[in-house]
Amino acid sequence: MFYGIDLSSRLMLGTAQYPSPRVLAEAIAASGAEVITVSLRREGAGGGAFREILKGLNCRPLPNTAGCHSVKEAVTTAQMAREVFGTNWIKLEVIGHADTLQPDPFALVEAARVLCADGFEVFPYTTEDLIVGERLLEAGCKVLMPWGAPIGSGQGLRNRDGLRTMRAHFAGVPLVVDAGIGAPSQAAEAMEMGFDAVLLNTAVAKALDPVAMARAFGQAVAAGQAAHTAGLMPKRDMAEASTPIFGMAELV
Amino acid sequence: MRLEVNGTAREVAAETLDALLVEIGVDLASVATALDGEFVPRGQRAATPLTDGARVEIVAPMQGG
Repeated sequence: MFYGIDLSSRLMLGTAQYPSPRVLAEAIAASGAEVITVSLRREGAGGGAFREILKGLNCRPLPNTAGCHSVKEAVTTAQMAREVFGTNWIKLEVIGHADTLQPDPFALVEAARVLCADGFEVFPYTTEDLIVGERLLEAGCKVLMPWGAPIGSGQGLRNRDGLRTMRAHFAGVPLVVDAGIGAPSQAAEAMEMGFDAVLLNTAVAKALDPVAMARAFGQAVAAGQAAHTAGLMPKRDMAEASTPIFGMAELV
Repeated sequence: MRLEVNGTAREVAAETLDALLVEIGVDLASVATALDGEFVPRGQRAATPLTDGARVEIVAPMQGG
């Protein structure tokens, strides 16, 4: 449950960088995603056209504060997004570093506190740091979104152990792996580890065939989720024959 | 008066934020506004006076990740 909303597809898809609006719409449909991320930019940069596209998509928008580097910028952007998109949901990004686009955890927690107190339902883009996660929950967040790898890098789950620890530490808190996913196998892995959803954009938008890739991601996320529910077998150091030894013919 | 609208200097006749949006031909229902870095809700635009040199931001929905 994400702020009381149950999603049948656990893939959340970004809407940027697609070759055309038609491909965007077809990719979203093929992926099965019910939540799509959107942004706010200065009027006049093609906003009217996107507004029309958005209406036809029939998805729940998750506006972001992409590009914000300070608490004030992020809070003001969130306030504007709430009015324009008509939702309390906000993907809170407060960027701390230009090259890695790593979140600034101090500003993130502060912005989350301001926004939660103002009635927002905050999806904070964070790292796998447990203490930052706890502070975000204390601030009022009911979802956490740790990064897989730097935004747009396609590196997958760069710190598996850290993410596994985070999953175990925050049992019961919806966790979404956001950013850095480059391949469906990586999305499936996050779901197999027990994450509640995966959010990605570039891996689909920049694929040779975005619609086919969107479908592949939708299937991978569903498979990973089903596998987690089914319960993965434990790993062993040595082999264990799967075919029974009993009843084997003596042929030597 | 002279304003900075979305980063561009502009000479306008409007004296309120609401009037500015009408003057520059923006779809009032689908944009959000900020004045000098502070959010101005739709319902307060008409009562928000503009002063010379003010910075106005007008934003609209866009693709995002």
